[in-house]
Amino acid sequence: MPNRRSFRVHILVFLAPAVLVYTTFMIYPLVDSLWLSLINKGATGGPHFVGTENYQALFSQEKWAKPFWNALRNNALFFVMHMVVQNPVGLFLAALLGTRIRGAWIYRTIIFTPTILSVVIIGFVWKLILNPAWGISRSILQMIGLGNLDMPWLGLEQTALITLSLISVWQNIGIPMMLFLAALIRIPEELLEAARVDGAGTWRIFWRIQFPLILPTVGIVSVLTFVGNFNAFELIYATQGALAGPNFASDILGTLFFRTFFGYQLQPADPYMGSTVAGIMLVIILVGVLAYLFGWQRRLQEIRY
Amino acid sequence: MKSEIAQIWTHLLKSFSPKISATSGRTLQVLAAHTALTAYSLVALFPVLLVIVNSFKDRLSIFAAPFALPSATTFSLDGYKTLYTTARFDLFFLNSFLVTAGSLILILFVSSTAAFALAEYKFRLNSLTGLYLAIGIMVPIRLGTVGLLRLMVDLHLVNTLWSLILVYTAQGIPLAVFVLSAFMRQLPKDLTDAARIDGASEYHIYWLILPLVRPALGSVLAISMIPIWNDLWFPLILAPGESTKTLVLGAQAFLGEFVNDYGAVLAALTLAILPPVFLYLIFSRQLIRGITAGAVK
Repeated sequence: MPNRRSFRVHILVFLAPAVLVYTTFMIYPLVDSLWLSLINKGATGGPHFVGTENYQALFSQEKWAKPFWNALRNNALFFVMHMVVQNPVGLFLAALLGTRIRGAWIYRTIIFTPTILSVVIIGFVWKLILNPAWGISRSILQMIGLGNLDMPWLGLEQTALITLSLISVWQNIGIPMMLFLAALIRIPEELLEAARVDGAGTWRIFWRIQFPLILPTVGIVSVLTFVGNFNAFELIYATQGALAGPNFASDILGTLFFRTFFGYQLQPADPYMGSTVAGIMLVIILVGVLAYLFGWQRRLQEIRY
Repeated sequence: MKSEIAQIWTHLLKSFSPKISATSGRTLQVLAAHTALTAYSLVALFPVLLVIVNSFKDRLSIFAAPFALPSATTFSLDGYKTLYTTARFDLFFLNSFLVTAGSLILILFVSSTAAFALAEYKFRLNSLTGLYLAIGIMVPIRLGTVGLLRLMVDLHLVNTLWSLILVYTAQGIPLAVFVLSAFMRQLPKDLTDAARIDGASEYHIYWLILPLVRPALGSVLAISMIPIWNDLWFPLILAPGESTKTLVLGAQAFLGEFVNDYGAVLAALTLAILPPVFLYLIFSRQLIRGITAGAVK
């Protein structure tokens, strides 16, 4: 390095804008929110430090705990639906595209299209399709002989969350598909050719050679799904409103956070409890990310070397 | 665009020309794959097409024949007229454009200088700074919303486009720095050393490097653009005023209000769908490269 001699101002000039904007508008608000989650208004009025009391209230005080555990349970189901439907189907589509099938890029472009659209728009489009008043879902179900499945999917407590999960899967499936496809394409063709010469079929090649080689991508897709799902909000808000109906059946942490912090109808806005919900979401997401970094990734590295 | 159309045509021609395949088992597999992919493509496109097609029909035929294309008798722009007279969609569109363009310019500028510093110089806090900036790749900025709103109130930025631009820039920096610095590290060191011997200043060297990472800049642009354009959360909380509404927030408010006017709702949805699709068709290559580049490491 030629300029070792003195303090190098240009490094600071290069770094300062990004570090400043990032610190002011991302790190500081995050830290401020965490700080607010340790504060609350006491009986006497002024906001003061309460330690972990807000968190305790969220976990066990009837008024907060009931919606919180409901939202957490719903959010977990929302995530599980993505893991068992979105990612396997995405992998399946990627495997089909990865066979160097003709016209793969046309399919790829089409299947990725919903992913680039706003969740609000997607939510409303599906709301219209599933609306009995327009009757699109009814005509389609009758067309394929499943007319008895016709019901207001988004309006029933038992089906609303599952339906919303599937809408989200439909929209986001492009991401796992792209990531799996990129990983599959990187596998050297000679490897697959050698297996084919040895008489291995497509199925066997996939599970014995391709799948083990894309395990790192399986981890990335899972952690991205986890972070995205525990941070979701828009789809529920756009289709079911902030009350995440019917009767909170589709309430997840994101919508609970919004209602708690912003207030809704009879519920007054509460920045302290709102920050507490956000604090829990942050802990959940960090646990997921750390589990991925130290559990999954490290183990894979041990296998490789 | 032209070459892509040509590619589609050659693809179509090729797939229709009769061919003798090596093994019929393989052909069957390929056929099954095409069937599955075509079926899923229909599932992916159908809802979007349904909305666009019906937005150009009159109210009666939207309900009577939702699967039909608009004909001379059913064609109608009533939905768009309602839209035009009741909501300022031109203003919302401009707001979305200003916010997205402003954020992208800032992201590219501040991230490329930071990435250059991290890739080019050895200094004591280098890896720590990189790590600090990388936190934001996995931690969603949304979780700091309570703090952000307080900050924006203090700065008198609530209900301004600047509040959105600054938040989206902060949100975009982590991944952009990560991707760009990974790219810049791959450039040969001789390049910058040669420029230094020629007497170029460090700032000048940055300008020389920038064009060499153009593909990476394109990828960063493509992956940052769509989440910004499509966001609902921050416009809803930081800039919900009538004059600062973005297209997505404006559409959301309009859709809630006109729920029962199908023509208007379908027209609003179509207007909100078209810009991202248009951008997607232009930037799809960069986008795909960006998604994979961000996740590979």
